[in-house]
Amino acid sequence: MATILHPPQTEVERGRQLENNGAGGGFRNLAPEGGNLRRVKDPSGEPTRTGIWVGMAAIAMSFAALTSALYVREGSGYADWTHISLPPILWFNTLSLVLSSIALERARHRVATFMRGQEGTRSVPMLWLNATMLLGLVFVVGQYFAWLKLRSEGLYLPTNPNSSFFYVLTGVHVVHVLGGLGGLSRVMLKFRSATNPLRRSTLDTTSYYWHFMGLLWVYLLFILWLKL
Amino acid sequence: MSDMSVHAAVHGAPTSFIRKYVFSLDHKIIGLQYYALALVAVVTGMVLSWIMRVHLVWPNAPIPGLGALAKVGAPGGVVTPEYYLQLMTMHGTLMVFFVLTNAPFAAFGNYFLPIQIGAEDMAFPRFNMMSFWTTFVAFCILISAFFVGDGPPLSGWTGYAPLSAVGKDAGPGQGIGQSLWGISIFVFCIASLLGSLNFIATTLDLRTKGMTLSRMPIVTWAWFITSCIALLAFAVLMPACLLLILDRVTGTSFFIPAGLNVGDHIQPHQGGSPLLWQHLFWFFGHPEVYIAILPAIGIVSHILICNMRKNMLSHRVLIYCMMAIGFLSYMVWGHHMFLSGMNPFSALVFSFPTLMITIPATIMTLIWLGSLYGSNLRINSASLFCLGFISMFVSGGVSGFFLAQPSIDIYLHATYFVVGHFHMVMGVAAIMGVFAGTYFWFPKMTGRMMNETLGRWHFFLTLIGTYAIFMPFHYLGLAGNVRRYSAFQDDFLVPLIPVHKFITYAALFTGAAQLIFIANLVYSRFKGPQASPNPWECTSLEWSTPSSPPPFDNFGGQHPVVHHDPYQYGVKSSTGDYIMQTSPGPGAAS
Repeated sequence: MATILHPPQTEVERGRQLENNGAGGGFRNLAPEGGNLRRVKDPSGEPTRTGIWVGMAAIAMSFAALTSALYVREGSGYADWTHISLPPILWFNTLSLVLSSIALERARHRVATFMRGQEGTRSVPMLWLNATMLLGLVFVVGQYFAWLKLRSEGLYLPTNPNSSFFYVLTGVHVVHVLGGLGGLSRVMLKFRSATNPLRRSTLDTTSYYWHFMGLLWVYLLFILWLKL
Repeated sequence: MSDMSVHAAVHGAPTSFIRKYVFSLDHKIIGLQYYALALVAVVTGMVLSWIMRVHLVWPNAPIPGLGALAKVGAPGGVVTPEYYLQLMTMHGTLMVFFVLTNAPFAAFGNYFLPIQIGAEDMAFPRFNMMSFWTTFVAFCILISAFFVGDGPPLSGWTGYAPLSAVGKDAGPGQGIGQSLWGISIFVFCIASLLGSLNFIATTLDLRTKGMTLSRMPIVTWAWFITSCIALLAFAVLMPACLLLILDRVTGTSFFIPAGLNVGDHIQPHQGGSPLLWQHLFWFFGHPEVYIAILPAIGIVSHILICNMRKNMLSHRVLIYCMMAIGFLSYMVWGHHMFLSGMNPFSALVFSFPTLMITIPATIMTLIWLGSLYGSNLRINSASLFCLGFISMFVSGGVSGFFLAQPSIDIYLHATYFVVGHFHMVMGVAAIMGVFAGTYFWFPKMTGRMMNETLGRWHFFLTLIGTYAIFMPFHYLGLAGNVRRYSAFQDDFLVPLIPVHKFITYAALFTGAAQLIFIANLVYSRFKGPQASPNPWECTSLEWSTPSSPPPFDNFGGQHPVVHHDPYQYGVKSSTGDYIMQTSPGPGAAS
């Protein structure tokens, strides 16, 4: 059997290959050039990026299914589709989620600055990451208050199809947001850790997911406003 | 996409028994775990079908041991009509989800996809492990329905609402049993989504140097396309299950209409749409058919090429056909709902793409047959099962032409004709693919050969047996025999009982013949003759590993470099009539 196998790449070769890949934007390995802080290899960068896009496609598909369910249910012919007024706090929640996305972009920029060695301490990037986390938590708590508002009006999950879809759509979204908050916590832990350092792909994919959660929420809010 | 692969930072070699065989990160062990789970599920599902078949023709005969398992459903071992439906539901659910999805896709795909693209493991080994164990949890939840309350649900594997949504008023098993069913399928969806994500990322990003997309074997393409289908299909079933569970548990009305009287109770729901469940379910359900059959198509094509010692007439067209089928699978769900009360014009709209699917399916069949014609096919158990697959795919597929037409479906809907159709084209054909894959890859997975004589006996008995079971189903359907009846007492059905008796004998016989396979599997695993590194003289990367089974990182710390399209047969080389994908010798194409 004539098989030719070549020896494993050295770390240097791998690093060069990754640098040349083009997707890294110049700081693929999150380490200051020439610094001794850390020299992080990122061999799993691309699968992580692909994975998050694929995951977001699946989540989008699930929400498309729920949207189509809403439309079919509305058109089922039974006159129980009633209007509910959206709790005003939803607008505040939307603002906090949008602001959290902006904060995360700032955080991403400052992390990059730090990793290039142009920024001395972690404190500024951490500030932005904390702000993202805080605004995300404000959104989740705000959604809880929106549910309380509905409950105070006597609108529970089974009360009518509108309230059912309100709780289902916002609930499933919040579960996904909590996943995003878990991802953010992971980024923050890694950013502070010397032994388990942050990869660029981890930061990027977490931020893609977080922005996706924001976009998804804006879409859901539009649907809720339009149909409920 | 660069053809320079970026390898994942894979895990180290496992050191403990638990890490090596139980909570393993190794895609090969996970593949074997999926295979073992599918084996347990298929044996369970087959025993259930035996009980159903015996009950159909001897309704008052006690089944030994069944009385102890189901005191309410089968008092004294005699199956009640309700318990018949419960068995049928569990048979369908086990077979579709835990056998036809797990075996050809998750089991073989996990084991061989990373090796065939030259990767060390899946892109996300931990997700992979979670994916299997989540599937296992789903399986345990489903099976637990046998042992709680009044048994498993009776609403069929399709779980049609409102029967599945209203709770225990709907009959035995519709209480906790149906809830467990819904939770099980929900959990299964999570596992399948994780698995699909892993397959897609692995295929796109972990290909080794030289392994361009066009150099991937057909079967790798099949798993990749299947994972794309599964990703979108299970993403729809999951929220559907959530809504079903909410209807059952919290009193919402997504699927339950107003004024529904079930079990002499007006149900406290209003305005729901039973059709909504069907839309959501079949949007998953029809692609699910291709999740089962596409991997088998890939496996069979891969094995046939090796045994024909020449490439298919066009293996690229085969891949395009699989893509076309995958694409069309999302446009045809309504053909399961022609008689659901849906707008008749919709039926026409869904009929058209359904008939269009026959085009790529026919092209594939013609490519197989045209390639086989005049080839010097090496006859062995694997290639025989490939021929069996083609035979079953065509025989079962032809009846699809009839069912795809709304006017004919009015008569054939919910008859044994439909049951015969999908058992042949989806069930048996996919299982034939699994058998072919097992005989073919067993030497790689275990380092030993399976017994060829037993393999051939297994093939011929299975082929004859499955035809004996499922061809008469079509005649029964044409004679108006309705499915899901637990006994036949109507005037027009009584004359058909002898046909049912024949089918029952055939089912018992065919099931027993599978013991040959299991005996062969177990015996060969421990006592089979040692396999050479490449016993079938095949060219793809799984036959370039340094040992059988391959080491934990597949290529012993090295990365193969690919120089050829996958199927370089019928060429002169120092090794014979084939050139490995890793060989830089002559015969390189594109």
